Amino acid sequence: MIAGRAWKYGDNVNTDVIFPGRYTYARMEPAEMAKHALEDLDPSFAREVKPGDVIVGGRNFGCGSSREQAATCLVAAGVGAVVAKGFARIFFRNAINSGLLVLEIPDAVDAIQSGDRVEIDTERGVLIHHGKKYPFPPLPGVVQEILAAGGLIPYLRGQLAKEA
Amino acid sequence: MGKTFAEKILAQKAGLAAVEPGQIVTVRPDLGMSHDNTAAIAKLFGKIGRKRVKEPEKFVVILDHVVPAASVEYAENHKEIREFVREQGIRFYDVGRGVCHQVVVEEGLAGPGDLVLGADSHTPTYGAVGAFSAGIGRSEMAALWATGELWLRVPTSLCIELAGALPELVTAKDVILHVIGKLGADGALYQSVEFTGSLVARMAVPDRMVITNMAAEMGAKNAFFAPDEITFGYLAARTDRTFTPVYPDPDARYQDTIRFDVSRLEPQVACPPDVDHVVPISQVAGKRVDQVVVGTCTNGRIEDLRLAAEVMADQPVAEGVRMLIVPASREVWIQAAEEGLLSLFAEAGALVLNPGCGPCLGAHEGVLAPGEVGLATSNRNFKGRMGSPDAELYLGSPAVAAAAAVTGRITDPRRLLEEER
Repeated sequence: MIAGRAWKYGDNVNTDVIFPGRYTYARMEPAEMAKHALEDLDPSFAREVKPGDVIVGGRNFGCGSSREQAATCLVAAGVGAVVAKGFARIFFRNAINSGLLVLEIPDAVDAIQSGDRVEIDTERGVLIHHGKKYPFPPLPGVVQEILAAGGLIPYLRGQLAKEA
Repeated sequence: MGKTFAEKILAQKAGLAAVEPGQIVTVRPDLGMSHDNTAAIAKLFGKIGRKRVKEPEKFVVILDHVVPAASVEYAENHKEIREFVREQGIRFYDVGRGVCHQVVVEEGLAGPGDLVLGADSHTPTYGAVGAFSAGIGRSEMAALWATGELWLRVPTSLCIELAGALPELVTAKDVILHVIGKLGADGALYQSVEFTGSLVARMAVPDRMVITNMAAEMGAKNAFFAPDEITFGYLAARTDRTFTPVYPDPDARYQDTIRFDVSRLEPQVACPPDVDHVVPISQVAGKRVDQVVVGTCTNGRIEDLRLAAEVMADQPVAEGVRMLIVPASREVWIQAAEEGLLSLFAEAGALVLNPGCGPCLGAHEGVLAPGEVGLATSNRNFKGRMGSPDAELYLGSPAVAAAAAVTGRITDPRRLLEEER
């Protein structure tokens, strides 16, 4: 179960405002990366975000660069999930590969406002907001396994260890 | 029912008879490309528990993003990468060779029928020479190093037909900006985009690269120009490799076919802070600029530098404007030097930089201060992209950039040419 407050933004939230290019090739630990999460979009986010909080976006969330830090900085900041009307494809892959739950639930996005409490029950496949339930289809098997393992790297480590 | 390019090549690379859009397939790419992010990928690779890259001959590493190193931290990053590629025996191009996408094409590392995955969002560029190429993340590149394979979802395909002849000083950059403006930043989300039409049949490879490069800015997974005599002529001068091209079936089924007639297209400008916020130049003409950048993987080729020089026509860079020239590769740099273009730019007051990404991603070599306005031939104008989040960045063709440099304002290059005549 994921539960926290919603941070709502608009369409086309791009990777430059999630994690600016000026930091992309600097070597940075997760705790430091978390401090820059959404820096150019909402400077208050990194200061106030709490574990389990949910980012709510519009269409094409995560468009732009392939930088994986756009996903890992959110994980490091404790974000429980990103719910959007749609995701840019590399961000979508990076999120799953970083162990970050990403869900496309357009109705929920319309209803949720910044500051609202949001609950996500991944086992039952439902998002709960103001008592209303928004079901979402189960994620493909391999995606669930990667998320459960905490990302592609730990997933693969487990797989390759099994083969060895 | 016929198959699209994406459906045919992904079936082939997955070892399947046929695939459908939406299907998840495991593919074995022909080439994996990474750049300054290679040290970070190596760290992830270590966490998988593997010591050796499985098929090192299938990978290439090109340092381009912050080159030469702008700080001790960047220098350490480069040093780690040099050590890693030496240990693993991975093909390597050090700082100064050029922007990764330009180098991959110049070296003939991507071509018709190849499947290329790159840890960079502008990897779709190689569709200009008939490859299927898409961007992936760092963890995925580490996974490729370990196993040689990765899952991909078979995309739906979009056909964009470009018809008509381009007016003078209107370029491939204006065409793709116009298309992105019409379709939107997610107009081709997760799709394979095939470009066809009478304009395409006359379009040189560098122009095709502008279009495939920027297809990423409308969400495309990959972009494709069917290899033709122009493609094979270009490649023959660069590599001895033989290619097995893949073509869409004549009766392929596309999710949509969209036609654009470019005959009356004006130069186009993307306004901050979104690439799909595109207007004809007449709507933003007169806007004052502080810095102009000609270069990057989008428009840093010799044709672009020639066009910029032609539009500048020996006029100096306007007072108070900084003009940066960033050739996309060493090859381009040398050619421009031999043609006298670099000294022309320098004499005009421009600053000629080394091959590389330059200030495109806001890390070094001419970032913008708060309140400043930039105009670049690059591919992104997001908030903070070229430095301060309080700067503004416009995107345009090399002709538009050159006209802005000599007038200090966004100016229709055709008007400038008329005055010169």
